[in-house]
Amino acid sequence: MRLSLSGVSVRIGSHPVVEGCDLTVGDGERVGLVGPNGSGKTSLLRTVHRALDPFAGRVALRGDDVKALGQREIARRAALVAQDSAPDFDFTVEEVVAMGRGPWLRTFESATGRAAAPIAAALERVRLADHRTRRLSTLSGGERQRALVARALAQESPLLLLDEPTNHLDVYAALELLELVRGLGRATLCVLHDLNLAAAYCDRLYVLHRGRIVADGPPAEVLHPDLVRTVFGVACTQLTHPVTGGPLLAFSPLPGGPLPAPAEGAGR
Amino acid sequence: MRRQTPADVRADTAGRRPPGGRRPVRGRRGRITSLPVVIPLLFLLLLVTVCAAVAVGSVGVRPATVLDVVAHRLVGAGPPPAVMDDQIVWNLRLPRVLLAAVVGAGLAVVGVTLQATVRNPLADPYVLGVSAGAGLMAAVAITLGSAAVAGLSTSAAAFVGALAATAAVLGLSRRAGRVVPSRLVLAGVTLSYLFTGATSFVIFRGSNAEAAHSVLFWLLGSLSESSWSNLSLPAAAVLIVGLCLMPRTRTLNALAAGDDAALSLGVPVHRVRVRLLITASLLTGVLVAVSGGIGFVGLVVPHLVRLVVGPDHRRLLPTALLVGATYLVVADALSRVLVRPEELPIGIVTAVLGAPAFLWLLRRSEAS
Repeated sequence: MRLSLSGVSVRIGSHPVVEGCDLTVGDGERVGLVGPNGSGKTSLLRTVHRALDPFAGRVALRGDDVKALGQREIARRAALVAQDSAPDFDFTVEEVVAMGRGPWLRTFESATGRAAAPIAAALERVRLADHRTRRLSTLSGGERQRALVARALAQESPLLLLDEPTNHLDVYAALELLELVRGLGRATLCVLHDLNLAAAYCDRLYVLHRGRIVADGPPAEVLHPDLVRTVFGVACTQLTHPVTGGPLLAFSPLPGGPLPAPAEGAGR
Repeated sequence: MRRQTPADVRADTAGRRPPGGRRPVRGRRGRITSLPVVIPLLFLLLLVTVCAAVAVGSVGVRPATVLDVVAHRLVGAGPPPAVMDDQIVWNLRLPRVLLAAVVGAGLAVVGVTLQATVRNPLADPYVLGVSAGAGLMAAVAITLGSAAVAGLSTSAAAFVGALAATAAVLGLSRRAGRVVPSRLVLAGVTLSYLFTGATSFVIFRGSNAEAAHSVLFWLLGSLSESSWSNLSLPAAAVLIVGLCLMPRTRTLNALAAGDDAALSLGVPVHRVRVRLLITASLLTGVLVAVSGGIGFVGLVVPHLVRLVVGPDHRRLLPTALLVGATYLVVADALSRVLVRPEELPIGIVTAVLGAPAFLWLLRRSEAS
């Protein structure tokens, strides 16, 4: 098991945000974590690298409690693409990706020796090899996100954690990124907001609601209209995707009726 | 606008290239990336600047004479120089110019470290209230006499003030046992205002105009108290801190990427941050004690250098160290010659010289 969370509760201050969560990610498995805003998805993810320490329960990477592992060892076992984690200072793509070698390099070792090959491979994998010397701020949103994925790839850890990687991306860039992740064949835990993307790209989903896991299993079972209504407060119908044959959710308008008509003269 | 066809998508294996052409590699312009070339050049520049700075002052000395004196003193080479030249070069100017280099290097290094550590490009060595704390104690020592600060010298009192301010800021910015960068900056800025207000009060209440003038001179920074004997401590401090930081440039890079990213890259962020802050504050305390509050160097030199060599700390740190040293040597020389035979507080020169240079570089980098 690459990652296992058992009975994990997280409090921020005295406020409970996650309660008694059990979650596992197996070898090569792509697991999705979905739930409304504020349901505790990011908090749960942050326990893996000890950005938050659980109030109760255990977080284990390959069977070892993260509390017993050094920070470098955690980084060798799990890589993270956090939300908005582009550096403040304007690094080049290559410099950002080179950061991924940090957990493996000795103190004075340069990233141009032994580390050069994984960096080049990661850049190639996300198709940014041509953009190596560009500054991160000059890239499009999709390219920037791919650069951060490349940093995680250069880390060469068997588990990949992604926190809303498709945020702010247009539909092409979002699909491109998730296809890329699928192609890696690596154990992945991915927080996603778009239920249809989650259904299309994950083998298994966990649904988090008010800090508790309320369902887990294959997308077609988990994304049942009753559950979606309870957790997200939205009515939907589950259809079959005409191309992939997977589940596809069609959402109904909110019960308050159609949105108010635009004022006269506005719009078209 | 044409949407991509499947054929485009397949052809797009090297990122989204515009059809029919390779996108030029941008983003390199203005960046110098070859460290083995830059460092020796900057070191040479520093040596030349030091030599020139020793030569200028209220009494001019020929650069060749400077070299003669130094050669004779260091290796006993050449004929003994004139007593007057020896006195000016070896006892008066050289320790002062070297102190300028040491303080400039140290302030730039601290600036680089703090900007990464608190992830704030406006951080400077004084953001933690270090100089304001030191200033208050120095003002008390100068205005009320050393008895008021338990018999400490002005420098020692300033150092104690710097340490006390650091401890207060670190204590105030902890939440749940962790130092939070945003709180750190706020606590530092707030305490700086408090200490500055108290300093003004001390000056205002002191009836001695001469003491008020010396306090002001101290607050704006001065290297006039320099001598060989008070050069060794700051030089050793800068050397040790520099050597400690060089193996940690990767850590600084990771910290600049944000706390969660740094944790996921294997950096134990909270422990590292406290260590870096304490190291930076101790060094700042030592520098402020010998030179007063020299502003602008620690803020602007890191930015200036970043615009040229990029933000990677493996290049940034050593380059900023050399540029900071050179910059303060030049500023000190100007402070000695601009209103000859009087002397300007060096903080005035660093700001007036640095601000336009920085604005020019900023415009140039935005244009590219």
